[in-house]
Amino acid sequence: MVMAVTGIIMIGFVVGHVLGNLLVFRGPEKLNSYAAFLRGTGGALWLARLVLLASVIMHVVAAVQLTRLQRKARPIGYDRQEPQVSTLAARTIRWGGLLIFFFVILHILHFTTGTLHPTFNHTDVYANMISAFRVPWIAALYVVAMAALGLHLYHGMWSSVRTLGMNRASRDPLKRRAAALLAAVVWLGFTIIPVAILAGFPS
Amino acid sequence: MNLTLRVWRQSAPDARGSIVNYEANDISPDMSFLEMLDVVNERLTERGEIPIAFDHDCREGICGSCGVMINGAAHGPMRGTATCQLHMRSFTDGDTITVEPWRARAFPVIKDLCVDRSAFDRIIAAGGYVSANTGGARDANEILIPKENVDTAMDAAACIGCGACVAACPNASASLFTAAKITHLGLLPQGQPERYRRALRMVTRMDLESFGGCTLFGECQDACPKEISIDTIARMNRDYLKAVMIAKAEPDSTTA
Repeated sequence: MVMAVTGIIMIGFVVGHVLGNLLVFRGPEKLNSYAAFLRGTGGALWLARLVLLASVIMHVVAAVQLTRLQRKARPIGYDRQEPQVSTLAARTIRWGGLLIFFFVILHILHFTTGTLHPTFNHTDVYANMISAFRVPWIAALYVVAMAALGLHLYHGMWSSVRTLGMNRASRDPLKRRAAALLAAVVWLGFTIIPVAILAGFPS
Repeated sequence: MNLTLRVWRQSAPDARGSIVNYEANDISPDMSFLEMLDVVNERLTERGEIPIAFDHDCREGICGSCGVMINGAAHGPMRGTATCQLHMRSFTDGDTITVEPWRARAFPVIKDLCVDRSAFDRIIAAGGYVSANTGGARDANEILIPKENVDTAMDAAACIGCGACVAACPNASASLFTAAKITHLGLLPQGQPERYRRALRMVTRMDLESFGGCTLFGECQDACPKEISIDTIARMNRDYLKAVMIAKAEPDSTTA
């Protein structure tokens, strides 16, 4: 339950984040003024960061608890067990989550504090993005991390809704069109930016 | 058909077990999986060896006694079928078949392929019933129930408590079993007075029984011989959340 609620909070953030980032395609003024607007909200920005930090912590604690419960619940494993219907996303939710966790730390040091960014300028998000993603391995790292995020959301969104019992009954409950769509939007939105910049945008 | 079986043999609950290979020759494709094991056991007995212990009773898919992991799938490769109704024609001549007991801490192995599923009984005892005064038989159709509710309750009531959901779950969670019972009783008018108390008690009991947590892999639904939907799990979660949050005060017949 904690997992689902904190997950949904973070999904809300991620959707906002991807929409904000896509402003990069509308030019430096749009993106930078959006960033300035966010910084200008002052207290609200920090409140959001605090809520997100708390969500991350509770999400991780819940994940650790579930993993320990699983280990304890099946001390002797099967000699042979074949997954029948579970998705890759469901089976990689823990490792994917760990990957995303480390990525988020790097990402904050990279684009928020600028610690890892050689030419970081607080007021010029646009230039920060362009210069960072011109480096192939950085762009590649982001692309890989976003694939993990997409998979994580594909299972996480669908299962969160069910954990909270908010879904409607379905003839085929394993289908998840809405989650697939949202996960695809987030994944594509985030992935297209480093790929486009690496490919030469803006020309 | 000639088959090679790889069967988990374990002489006692505390004994160390291992996979043992057996040749199962001249097996008819019309035999059920359990009949095939019967044949293997007869031959073992004739050779003076201890037969393979496995649970079974009705052999028509309604009692929930049988159930083993066959080639890594609970109740084997056929969907919507318990082990007793799985036929050997689902396999091909020369196959190697791995047969293991359900694996969960809450289901300790008693012997070979038999596991102790009394954890399920304790979940039922915690609230999986309707308290009613006894008396003469009521007239049929005296209580009207919407068709949709009847159908959903009936689908959930099909649960035979075999434990395949726990066995197939990568988390060894008992959510589908508990949810089926909560859905079955919670949708019927007779189950309403105790609905939220039932959800609270059964889920609490389930958590105490050393099952794992549900992360919605969906494997249980596929393994279930009665094809019970994971929608029941969402319904259980909804009832449980309501029970916790609004702490619905229902008159408690056990303390009144």
